Amino acid sequence: MDFLYPLSRLSVNKSATVHSLICGGEMRRRLQDIGITAGTKIQCLQKSPYGDMTAYLIRGAVIALRSEDAENVLVCN
Amino acid sequence: MGLTNSSTGINSIGADLHIIKKHPGDITVALAGNPNVGKSTIFNKLTGMHQHTGNWPGKTVTNAVGTCSSGCTNFIFADIPGTYSLIPHSAEEETARDFICFGEPDAVVIVCDACTLERNLNLVLQTLELHPRSIVCVNLMDEAAKKGITLDLAALSERLGVPVVPTSARSGRGVNKLLRAIESAVRCDSSALEIKYPDIIEEAVSIVQTAIESRAGTKINPRWLALRLLGNDTSLIRSYNSYIKFSITEDAAVKAALEKAGAILKENGITEERFSDIIVSSIVDTAEDICKTVVSYSNPSYNARDRKIDKILTGKYTAFPVMLIMLGVIFWITITGANYPSELLSDLLMGAESYIFSFLSLLKIPPAICNMLCSGVYRTLAWIVSVMLPPMAIFFPLFTLLEDLGLLPRIAFNLDKYFKKCCACGKQALTMCMGFGCNAAGVVGCRIIDSPRERLIAMITNSFVPCNGRFPILIAIITMFFSGNNLYSSLILLAVIVTGILLTFLVSFMLSKTILKGQPSSFTLELPPFRRPQIGSVIVRSLLDRTIFVLGRAVMVAAPAGLIIWLLANVSVGGMSILSHIHTFLDLFGRLLGMDGVILLAFILGMPANEIVIPIIMMSYMATGTLSPFENLIELKSMLVANGWTWVTAVSTMLFTLVHWPCTTTLLSVKKETGSFKWTVAAFAIPTILGFLICFLFASIARLF
Repeated sequence: MDFLYPLSRLSVNKSATVHSLICGGEMRRRLQDIGITAGTKIQCLQKSPYGDMTAYLIRGAVIALRSEDAENVLVCN
Repeated sequence: MGLTNSSTGINSIGADLHIIKKHPGDITVALAGNPNVGKSTIFNKLTGMHQHTGNWPGKTVTNAVGTCSSGCTNFIFADIPGTYSLIPHSAEEETARDFICFGEPDAVVIVCDACTLERNLNLVLQTLELHPRSIVCVNLMDEAAKKGITLDLAALSERLGVPVVPTSARSGRGVNKLLRAIESAVRCDSSALEIKYPDIIEEAVSIVQTAIESRAGTKINPRWLALRLLGNDTSLIRSYNSYIKFSITEDAAVKAALEKAGAILKENGITEERFSDIIVSSIVDTAEDICKTVVSYSNPSYNARDRKIDKILTGKYTAFPVMLIMLGVIFWITITGANYPSELLSDLLMGAESYIFSFLSLLKIPPAICNMLCSGVYRTLAWIVSVMLPPMAIFFPLFTLLEDLGLLPRIAFNLDKYFKKCCACGKQALTMCMGFGCNAAGVVGCRIIDSPRERLIAMITNSFVPCNGRFPILIAIITMFFSGNNLYSSLILLAVIVTGILLTFLVSFMLSKTILKGQPSSFTLELPPFRRPQIGSVIVRSLLDRTIFVLGRAVMVAAPAGLIIWLLANVSVGGMSILSHIHTFLDLFGRLLGMDGVILLAFILGMPANEIVIPIIMMSYMATGTLSPFENLIELKSMLVANGWTWVTAVSTMLFTLVHWPCTTTLLSVKKETGSFKWTVAAFAIPTILGFLICFLFASIARLF
C-alpha cells in the first residue's frame, strides 16, 4: 500500500520511508545533505514542547525540522 | 563562547583561506568534517591550542590555524567550520568549502563521527572527488563502542582507497597515528574511490572535463569542476572565478562544451534539478552501500537513554521548568560560590593598597601621582579582580559544562516556536546563549544563521542577554539592595535574565515587522547525543582562560579609565572639578531615567568594557569626597545610599545594565560581520533607545508611588 503523506504528519514513534522531496533549491539541498533522499527511513522521535519543531531520527542522527519544512518531504509506510 | 581575542571577532576573520608556510617542507592540513564531530578537540590535541569546544553544531564559525611537529616534519593545521556538504548554505559553511576547495592544503583530514558514519560519508565522498589526497579520521570511537557500534575500518579504507585512522580525541587516543598517516599520505599517491554516476551523466561530465583540461591554469580537479559547472553551483563558480582570476564560464572551449553537454542532458530529460538529485543520490547510495559492509550494530536501541533525557528536557510540561531551574541553580551556585573568594581577594588587595602607597612614596614619587596610581588605577583593578572576577570565573565554567553536555541545541529546539513567531531563526537561541559568555562572540557566532535577514536580527538583539562583564554588576546590585539571601538573589537574577530574553523576542518581532521584514526561512537543527563533559579540563581551561582574559581587559581598559576618572575628579575648572561639571551636565537626564549623572557617565566610560562600570561609579562618588575607601559590598551600599541611591536607582541601573549600548568590541564585530555602517548604528541605537525608554517608564511609574 503506497499511501503518500508529508513527513510533518508522521506521528511520534512511527517510522516511514522517504518517497520524494517536493521543494526545490536551497531547502532541497539542505534536506539531501542531512541524508533525506528517496528510500531513507525516518523515525519521528518527539515534538517540541508546544508543537511545531519535531525531532527525527535520520541515518543515525537526530535532526529537528520545522513543520513547514517537513511538509516538503513525502513519505510512505 | 568568547574567551580569547581570536574568538571575539577581532582576529578571527584574518585566518581565512591561505596558510603561509614557514618552511617549504611544512605540510598544511585542513581538518574538515560534519558539524560537531570533534574537529576542534582533535585540533586542540594536535596543536596544544585551546580552541573552545562544545557539544553543538556550529560552534566553530571561523578557521583557526595551529602548528604541531612530529619528528622533523612540521604540520600546519586549519580547524575549519563543520559542514554537511561541499555545497554551502551559510557563511560559515562557505568558509569551510572555500578552504577545502581553494585553500590548497597538502592534505585534507575528514573527521567523521563513528556513530553516524553513513551521514558523514556524504562529505567524505564529496571531498575525495576533489582531493584524492585525503585521510579519513573516524573519531568518537569510544562513544561508538559504548553504543555497541562496531566498525570494520580496514574494509572502509579499502572501499574508500584512502587511509582510515580511528581516534578517540577526548582521550587523545589515535592522534599520533593520525599524524603518521598524514605524513605518509602526502608522500604517496592514493587511489581514492571515484563515484560512478549513470552513463549519461558520465558522458556529459567527460565532455566538459576535456574542455577544462585543455585550458591551462585551472588549478583544480577537472572532473570535480565539470560536475559543479554542470550542476550550476553559482556560489562555488563565483568563488572559483575569483580564485583563478578569470571567469571559467567565459572560456570559449568550456562554454561550448557546457552547451553541448547541457543539450545531451536535456535530450534525456535531465533538468538542472534532476542533475543535482542524481549526483546527490549517487553519493548517498554509495555511502549506504559502504556502510552495509562496514558498520554493525549489536544494540539496536543504543540511543534509548538519550531519548529518555530528551523526553524530560523537551517534554511538553517539563521543558520550560527544567530549563529555568537549571539556569536558577547555576545562578545560585555562582552567587553563593563567589562570596568567599570575593571577600578573600578584597581583603588581600585592599590591604595591599597602603603598602603600595608607602612603596611608591619611598621611590620619591610625588604624592599626587602616588594618589593617582593608588586610588585611581590600583583600586579599579582591585575592584575588578575581587568583585567582578569570582562570579565570572564560576558562571563561565558551569555554563561551559552544560554546553559540553549538549544542552544548547535542546534549548534552541524548545524556543524555536517563539523565534518562528518573531519570524526569526531558531538557531538564534544558540547565538543568544553564546551572548552569556560574550556578546561579541555571540555576534560572530551568528554566522550559523543562513538567512542574512535573520542573521541581522540575531546580531542586533544579541546584547539583550547580559554578557559575563555585566553579570557581576547585576549580582552586586541585587546582593546589596534586594536580598541578603542567596536563593532570593538567584531568583531575582533569573527574573532579570528572563526579561532580557523576552526583550530579545520583542525586538526580534518588531524588527521583522518593520525594517527587516520577511518570512521565517527554513533550517535544520541537529540534536547531538549527550556527552559526558570533560569536567576537569573544562573547569581548568575556562577558569584560566577567563581569568587571563578578564585581567587582560582590566589592565587594558580599567587602568586607563581609572586614570581618566581620577584626573577628571582632580583637575578643577572654574572652582569645580571637570568630573562634577560632567555630572551636573548629565544629572538631569540621568535622573529622568531613575539614575544620576555619575551612573550615566560610568556607562558611557564603560563602553570599552562593562566590567568597569561599578568601579567608575565608586570612584566618582569617592572623588566627590563622600566616603572613605570601601572594603566590601555592605560598605559600598552605604556609600551608594549616602549618594542618594534608592531601590528605584538600583532597579533602573539594573535595567540599564541589561539594555544599553553594546560594548565597543561587540559593535566592532557587528561592523566586521555586516560590513555595513548602517547596521552597526542600528545595533547601537536600538538597545540604547530601548534602554532609555524602559528606564524612563520605570522611573516615572515608580515616582507615582
